Amino acid sequence: MGFTLAYLGLLVLIPLAGLILFTGSRITLAEFWARAIADPRALAAYRLSFGASFIAAALNGVFGFIVAWVLVRYPFPGKRLLDAMVDLPFALPTAVSGIALTTLFVRTGWIGRWLEPLGIQVAFARPGIVVALTLIGMPFVVRTVQPALEDLDGEIEEASASLGANRLQTFWRVILPSVLPSLLTGFALAFARAIGEFGSVFFIAGNMPYRTEIAPLLILIRLEQFDYVGATAIGVVMLLAGFAFLLIINMLQAWSRRHQR
Amino acid sequence: MAGSVALRTAASPPVRRAANTEPAWVRWALIAVAVAFLTLLLFMPLILVFVYAFREGVLEYIAAFLHPDGQSAVVLTLIAAAVSVPLNTAFGIAAAWAIARFEFRGKNVLITLIDMPFAISPVIAGLLFVIVFGANGWLGPWLIEHDIRIIFATPGIILATTFVTFPFVARELIPLMQAQGSDEEYAALTLGASGWQVFRRVTLPNIKWGLLYGMVLCNARAMGEFGAVSVVSGHIRGLTNTVPLHIEVLYNDYQTTAAFAMASLLAALALVTLAVKLVVEWKAGRDHARAVRDMGGGEA
Repeated sequence: MGFTLAYLGLLVLIPLAGLILFTGSRITLAEFWARAIADPRALAAYRLSFGASFIAAALNGVFGFIVAWVLVRYPFPGKRLLDAMVDLPFALPTAVSGIALTTLFVRTGWIGRWLEPLGIQVAFARPGIVVALTLIGMPFVVRTVQPALEDLDGEIEEASASLGANRLQTFWRVILPSVLPSLLTGFALAFARAIGEFGSVFFIAGNMPYRTEIAPLLILIRLEQFDYVGATAIGVVMLLAGFAFLLIINMLQAWSRRHQR
Repeated sequence: MAGSVALRTAASPPVRRAANTEPAWVRWALIAVAVAFLTLLLFMPLILVFVYAFREGVLEYIAAFLHPDGQSAVVLTLIAAAVSVPLNTAFGIAAAWAIARFEFRGKNVLITLIDMPFAISPVIAGLLFVIVFGANGWLGPWLIEHDIRIIFATPGIILATTFVTFPFVARELIPLMQAQGSDEEYAALTLGASGWQVFRRVTLPNIKWGLLYGMVLCNARAMGEFGAVSVVSGHIRGLTNTVPLHIEVLYNDYQTTAAFAMASLLAALALVTLAVKLVVEWKAGRDHARAVRDMGGGEA
């Protein structure tokens, strides 16, 4: 118990207190406003980070749901392998997925060469950021939706069918509403994870200021220029966003627990 | 929450009747979509890593690890993992014990604090340590005076790695220990076992599979951490480059084969981690089945 608290204190509370003290004592409110909110480069970075993360989480909401559905409901060859591989993004270092995705999508890459004639550029452009963020968020949606689908009571679906609903109606009116809390939780987890992601995006984005520069990268650039104030200002904004997400996720999880009872 | 998904024990899928399923073409279309999605995101990048690592032959592959910079990166990564994994394992057991076995005020605050590294971008985790220990940071002047280097040196890398990976063991154990309850431990206590004996003979055997997976996942994340380490390392080749940072250097130098050779090492580690997870789930499922059988199948 004492050890737990001491360890947490050393590793988490001291650095956090350091950040708060730094923000409080070395950055005036006007300075914070100018560097974190009014700075057009920072604004462009937030917009990209949140926008790309939202699209990626939405893609995962759709395709991750289909993956979870297929894994829970249909028997097919290779299902065990597919199920096991869903966890890969948890264990695969982001630098590895970053260089692999980039090499896949550059003009001469395995996939990029087919997209090139169509005029679609993925690597070193915004779609590449979305692809990288989709990869790292995928397991969160699949692994939160999967247990909810497993817990569904088949009798309710039968009741719905016997009352004359077709399969699509049963899905929209019966199945989807009961797994919605879990789906939203998975979406929020994937979104939160994507906002903080750095490694994989760093390689595929191209990192052009105002265009393909995500917020975590801008923090790193400011730090490399020894601009602690600029880095901290953006860091505080991202940290607050992270806490807000933690709160939302906890509320969603409480909701889905109530729902399952 | 994020980053850690509790182990699932195998449950037999419920039998579905005709009214509860879709036409065959819908089923196969959905399976095709799922397989295509996962192939694009998981299988193709993974296969690409190994194909590119070996495309110039085994000799070039080995050469990447014989280069002094490559070797020092591997050594530094091993050091960081060797420190952070045992520390986080000890912390994970202590925290899970405290949360699962005792009621106290501020328990939810403690759980939220444990989840923090999941909610924080690794870059911000690095930033926190730079602000405290960096040259312009709180302790910076004092550290310089005493000639202690933390940022842009090995201690900073170890600190950042430990911070980013500390929830994994705790997050794996908390639900496990909560589900198991403390009846068996009380029984051991009443039979005269000491606290340490209870832990070694009762608690540890009960949590060993979850603990193993937590440690393996923690290790994979420690060895693969990029963002936080990138901020605190300063990218000094041969000195403060870990394997992921060395991959970045090689990749940006257009030494693609060497970069993917290094990457294949971490990708193999990730695959081993997944394999351990499968084994642990299988073992946990078997233990669970045995427990149910021993109780006469009272609960299913």
